[in-house]
Amino acid sequence: MTAAPSGFSLRDLTGAARAFPTGRPSLICFVKEDCNTCNLVAPLLEAFHQAWGGAADIWMLGQSADGNAILKDRHGLTLPILDDSALRTSLAWGFEIVPAVYWIGADGQRPAPLEGFVRQEWEDLARRIAADLAAPAPAVAWSELPDWRPGCGSKHLDPDIHDRLLAEAQGSPIRARQIEIASADDVDEFMFDQGFSDGLPLVPPTPERVLRMLSGTSRDAQDIVAVVPPNMAPATVEKIAINAVMAGCRPEYLPVVIAAVEAVCTDEFNMHGVTATTMGASPVLVINGPIRERIGMNMKLGALGTGNRANATIGRALRLVVRNIGGARPGGVDRSTLSTPMKFTMCFAEWEEGSPWDPLHVERGFQREDSVVTAFAMTSGPVQIVDQESRGPDQIAGTLGLGLEGMFLSKIHRMPVDALLVVCPEHLRTLTSEGPYAKARLRDRIQAVTTRPLREMVANAVSGAGIPVASAARMSEAQLSAPAAKFASDKHIHIVVAGSEAGKFSACFHGWVTGPAGSAVVSRKIEC
Amino acid sequence: MTTILDPTDERVPVARQVTARTGDITGVIGLLDISKPRGNVLLDELERLLAGRYPGVAIRRYAKPTFAKPCPPDLRLKIRSECSVLVEALAD
Repeated sequence: MTAAPSGFSLRDLTGAARAFPTGRPSLICFVKEDCNTCNLVAPLLEAFHQAWGGAADIWMLGQSADGNAILKDRHGLTLPILDDSALRTSLAWGFEIVPAVYWIGADGQRPAPLEGFVRQEWEDLARRIAADLAAPAPAVAWSELPDWRPGCGSKHLDPDIHDRLLAEAQGSPIRARQIEIASADDVDEFMFDQGFSDGLPLVPPTPERVLRMLSGTSRDAQDIVAVVPPNMAPATVEKIAINAVMAGCRPEYLPVVIAAVEAVCTDEFNMHGVTATTMGASPVLVINGPIRERIGMNMKLGALGTGNRANATIGRALRLVVRNIGGARPGGVDRSTLSTPMKFTMCFAEWEEGSPWDPLHVERGFQREDSVVTAFAMTSGPVQIVDQESRGPDQIAGTLGLGLEGMFLSKIHRMPVDALLVVCPEHLRTLTSEGPYAKARLRDRIQAVTTRPLREMVANAVSGAGIPVASAARMSEAQLSAPAAKFASDKHIHIVVAGSEAGKFSACFHGWVTGPAGSAVVSRKIEC
Repeated sequence: MTTILDPTDERVPVARQVTARTGDITGVIGLLDISKPRGNVLLDELERLLAGRYPGVAIRRYAKPTFAKPCPPDLRLKIRSECSVLVEALAD
């Protein structure tokens, strides 16, 4: 005998809510439709309901909504069949096997349940109820029933479900499937075998680590941040945190990862196309605002390379989210011909303090004090632009333009494709050596120095790429002489500042298909 | 035992590796009753057949406390340390 049973309110097949306790004696039986023994007892429960329904509540609690309707039709049941497909009541009542039947008499106490079917126990139960209610028992042909039948394991104990139910009941934010790895197995090898890795070792996402990671955000762990292509799977804060642990993030990086996931999982960014293209594209993340300093991002020496945990692991966490939640795997939806090391990680911060210009996020409409992640879909980079000789502002601007002209193929111009130019501090110093040198002027200069007559784009013996010969033959001399800059518009030239104060080496990233048919640059504010 | 959280969308069951098959029956054979009624009947018969056909092997019997829950870690460890092969009976 145990304490009073847990109360519940569940809906019956008509949609009406039924609350327990009811104030009357009650027979509560948990069942599931695909259990043969549950089907054996269903007609018995109906007989009990017919006999005693006026004085007691005879209820079946089914563990699947569809199954309840099937049970009703299969056995012609009229007793209330309640929907416990959420299994919370099953968990709270704590039995192991269905059918599990409880007779709660006038004293309100819950006895141990009868589990499975033992005919003698059920006959005794019927006698007990008849005595308690002082009402005759229904006519049941007990001798035609088997002596016993084992029940089935209750659905709430299914290992794939039980941990989540328990976590809900205990108020834990963890809902993800728990995977137990035997002590004799190698955890790292297991994660490789499961395909969780980008090819490098992972930090095992234990519940303890994931809970610590979740402390990095005030968002609810079950908030859905985005739907991740290509599988269009919902990414909860918890799932992102799991991947952030594996990538090696610290909890304070999590808001940046969340914002990055939001940015790339938009129609504008088109993560599906970015993943699938044979050209091999990947997000390049630029971080702006106060969070750069707060989490110790690198924006100076070696900003685009190794050695900084935040830069390296934020970019990697995003990639793992796309891989593991979105299901983007090389050879699957990812069809990159050569791919790019940026698919491991590519994230850096802009050195706003080293720049005379509005930083990227301010250019894109945010406040300077906002922390923002901006995602570019890029196929190459960083490609170095080397010039140690130029001393004039227009000279170095010209060099940066010529460096960008190589994007995709140097002869191809009027490209409606984004590029991201990372100007190093020494080149910036030369640019501004004679006074302010606006970004707009730099863009104009890039377009000017890369302007060629259109005829240079015509296919020839050196390269068949460009304007087909037949098309060129239909063009007038004036059309072929028309000036063609590298970019179809200067809005495709995105400019940031980063790097050490020594070295005349800027760099650029080359885009993919820009615009509605491909990918657009997307920024998202980081909610800290 | 290490527990990790699934980083995927959980649409695919976690793949577990199947132990390599030896091709013969030697050593200690464990017979695990999951505690469903009459599982012992099946295992008794299996034990009789194995003992007759492979007189050189040793047979050990085990039982889970309940079929409704996964095998307790201690029992798994015990079976793993004592047996070369395990047969699990899922009888009703």
